[in-house]
Amino acid sequence: MLRARIIPCLLVRDNGLVKTRGFSDDKYVGDPINAVRIFNEKEADELIVLDIDATVQCREPNYKMIEHLAAECRMPLCYGGGVTSAEQARRIMGLGVEKVALSSAIVFRPQLVAEIAEQVGRQSVVAVLDVKKRRLRGGYRIYVRNGREETNLDPVEFSRELERLGIGEIVVNSIDNDGAMKGYDLTLAEQVRAATHVPLTLLGGAGSIDDLAKVIDKFGVIGVAAGSFFVFKGPYRAVLISYPSRAERDKLQRSVGARPR
Amino acid sequence: MIAIIDYGLGNIRAFANIFKNLGFATTIARSRTDLASARRIILPGVGAFDHAMERFEASGMRETVEDLVLAHNRPVLGVCVGMQILAEASEEGQRHGLGWIAGTVRKIRFEATDAAHILPHMGWNTVRVNSPSPLFSGLGGASEFYFLHSYYFQCADQASSIATADYATSFTCAVNARNIFGVQFHPEKSHGNGIQLLKNFAELE
Repeated sequence: MLRARIIPCLLVRDNGLVKTRGFSDDKYVGDPINAVRIFNEKEADELIVLDIDATVQCREPNYKMIEHLAAECRMPLCYGGGVTSAEQARRIMGLGVEKVALSSAIVFRPQLVAEIAEQVGRQSVVAVLDVKKRRLRGGYRIYVRNGREETNLDPVEFSRELERLGIGEIVVNSIDNDGAMKGYDLTLAEQVRAATHVPLTLLGGAGSIDDLAKVIDKFGVIGVAAGSFFVFKGPYRAVLISYPSRAERDKLQRSVGARPR
Repeated sequence: MIAIIDYGLGNIRAFANIFKNLGFATTIARSRTDLASARRIILPGVGAFDHAMERFEASGMRETVEDLVLAHNRPVLGVCVGMQILAEASEEGQRHGLGWIAGTVRKIRFEATDAAHILPHMGWNTVRVNSPSPLFSGLGGASEFYFLHSYYFQCADQASSIATADYATSFTCAVNARNIFGVQFHPEKSHGNGIQLLKNFAELE
């Protein structure tokens, strides 16, 4: 039986791991390599690592760091941050990374998806869409540059275009729910799920195993990614890296089985 | 010495790291001279079938690898697209495969109205062993591995199919004929189960 994927998402800034709330208020949570080793021990399903400074600082991906992470990582690794060309994506894959995530670059130039898919195969091209609810008019908009700039793109419409261009997976990241630990935005997830036919992963808002369960119960096979949930413990956000045990994960998947979505 | 074929596709370093931790010597083979002391061969691969065949041909290693595998019976393990190119052909492309194991690579199919299935088949799925194989030694009859693909290996001879997985259909996910092995999933990214499988391959008689 294919399982829903439970994915820690680690944010890198100045070579250290941080965790944000609403894309700001970042807190240092430790060393990236150390975190990867802990997730190896806990046999996490996959890992997403995002360098959140690369695009904003207009710099190349930190290949040295990516190489170290990939060498250590015994589960599939998705890297994102500062990737703007097919050549960079190919180089990153060559360092031992399974998937390359794109965000700002494809918002400005969607065609990049097709270019990278041609080089590395569409299964390895991931879009991370940072989205925010529109306060007055309803609906959602995609944001870029760490949530600082609003675009005129609707995430549902844009997801359709990404599928057409050959995207391998779409990660919908809720800026509103980031770090809030109050659950995922299921409304948006439902809209993107209905509009596309590619693997979907939700990020932003998980605070408990029940939040993961709600998504898996509703969507069946899906990716559920989280940051805070895997790195903090308790109301004061004490740093403690954790991951659901094998028994907890079995329980989460139990009801999925053959049930249609 | 385990030679990991580097023709620009697949996670070469992940294999090298695992074998290093297990205490097996490896070499990353980029040309035929790197294959001189190869006792075992890992043939990785990601992406499209034709692209993989083109890159393997262009690497200049095909002839030497075929000599090692077919004439000298050195064990080889194809992984993901590296497994698919062991077949004779693929629905995904026009090129001939290596044809070391009789079969054709087919697309996973389901009804257009089937909302429960999506391609690629991505994530952790259960692998069921059909016939006892040293490759799955110590793993039990059913174990989980990481998959990322849209095509599968349909064996001409069912005896070559040593394990299956279920996704929309029951499909072959591990093949073996003589000294030639292939797995559709990624043992290099499947934690303890993958490490065990690679150890089994390294220790084949």
